[in-house]
Amino acid sequence: MPDIFRLTIRAPEITANARPGQFVMVQTYSGYDPLLRRPLSIHQTIGKDQVQLLYKVVGKGTRLLAAMTPGQQLNLSGPLGHGFEVTGRKAICLVGGGMGIAPLYFLAREILRTTSPPKCVVLLGARTAAEFGPLPRNFMDLGVTTHLATDDGSLGSHGFVAELLLQHLDHDLEWTVCACGPHPMLKAVADQCRKQGWEGQVSLEAMMACGIGACLGCAVPRAELSGPYLHVCKDGPVFKAEEVAWL
Amino acid sequence: MTTPDMRVSIGSLVLKNPVLTASGTFGYGKEFAPYVNLHFLGGVVVKGISLAPRRGNPPPRIVETASGMLNAIGLENVGLDRFISEKMPYLREIGTRVIVNILGDSLEEYQTLGQRLSEVEGISGLEVNISCPNVKKGGVAFGTDPAMAEAVTRAVCAHSTLPVIVKLSPNVSDITQIARAAEAGGAQAVSLINTLLGMAIDTKSRRPRLANIVGGLSGPAIKPIALRMVWQVAQAVKIPVIGIGGITSTEDALEFLLAGATAIEVGTANFVNPRASQEIVAGLDRYLTDNRLSRISEVIGGLILS
Repeated sequence: MPDIFRLTIRAPEITANARPGQFVMVQTYSGYDPLLRRPLSIHQTIGKDQVQLLYKVVGKGTRLLAAMTPGQQLNLSGPLGHGFEVTGRKAICLVGGGMGIAPLYFLAREILRTTSPPKCVVLLGARTAAEFGPLPRNFMDLGVTTHLATDDGSLGSHGFVAELLLQHLDHDLEWTVCACGPHPMLKAVADQCRKQGWEGQVSLEAMMACGIGACLGCAVPRAELSGPYLHVCKDGPVFKAEEVAWL
Repeated sequence: MTTPDMRVSIGSLVLKNPVLTASGTFGYGKEFAPYVNLHFLGGVVVKGISLAPRRGNPPPRIVETASGMLNAIGLENVGLDRFISEKMPYLREIGTRVIVNILGDSLEEYQTLGQRLSEVEGISGLEVNISCPNVKKGGVAFGTDPAMAEAVTRAVCAHSTLPVIVKLSPNVSDITQIARAAEAGGAQAVSLINTLLGMAIDTKSRRPRLANIVGGLSGPAIKPIALRMVWQVAQAVKIPVIGIGGITSTEDALEFLLAGATAIEVGTANFVNPRASQEIVAGLDRYLTDNRLSRISEVIGGLILS
């Protein structure tokens, strides 16, 4: 799994308050370049005091993070934002693409720990088998039904993960679909939810400077394309699929 | 030794210390309450308010650049009525000065804002953002024309009972000229600098990184420019100058005070470290104590040239 890292941080306060779908703002460098903290979703909590992040090296900030060694100190704030909300009354499907799989692992564990939905299905997508790394195995180890899709067909179905929805979601059940991944994947998931009458929850990504609702950088348009923008850091990152304009 | 006296006067407005937060980087104060004890700050300058709510620009609105960031938020704000009804009840209780940044597209809009806000309890001053285009005058920014800068300052001062600070744009050929115009218009202080106009391009897609194409540069990258302008303006006007631009540390704040700023505003640093403003207050206090200075005023304008 090249360029993909797990970072485990001892942070008791964040661990105690974290909910699946929430994120933290991580300082990657103590100097001025890169300047801004990086928003990273919570991959899982471990015990009472550890929080784990899963990220891919995509630029300067994440490269610096990846170069950290055990025992170093890190400045981070969180948990931030508004996460997934599942009650367990409906069947649940988790749909993750690429690094968007990261927060769904936390969600899967919480669902299994706190609710007993009629059914729980996990659909994971990546460009190639290598990009998944150990993630499919991690989900299967939880005991949840997991189906895979890759863009190049190297593992699981050949195609996009959103295409698996109709195949694997029984029509006689009511579903909540929780999705995180690239925008086109989320758009396809939102589209299916609307057509099938499923409840859709999507976790969005946006450039943000502060993560706490002050910079207003992370704006996304509302479905009705009017009124104030939604802000990913505060109103999200998890939104109802029908709240968002899928442009 | 007794605690050093950190008080400064911005015209008729007395601050308990010279550290303010820059408009647009501190929300409406409440966003930072989990990180900062707002009571310790010299004051909070809230997000710019217009008469009607503004939606702001389409995304992407921000991009990180070397030691800084570009933003094109587009002055998104809740508008005057909601600011008064939803944000002021909280701000009244924070135990420090509340300065409201105002913006408009016409002289009348600035006047109305000044007048209405003067009637609201709990506001200590106005900071007038003159970087907006004057719609009636063909969209030329108030802040780039000395006559228009003076007119807008005069309009707000005439209709408001609050101390008026005029926030200057650095995107002009001679910022001292605009500062003098604001002084002539009746401003009790000027604050500078607002962001510098900049741009970034994604070379893969060949598209601008901001939907608005251009945006305002802020952060440590602009500090030397801001410091130079503050130093120039401090010599050009008699009213107090508030220094803004890339202030991230106590050291940065001291540089601005030495250059002649009576107070400073912490901006982009709030995003990087939400506790930055309060840490700078503590840092200035420690600096005075360590150097056996009893008053912050002993630092202001203390630059030695020869």
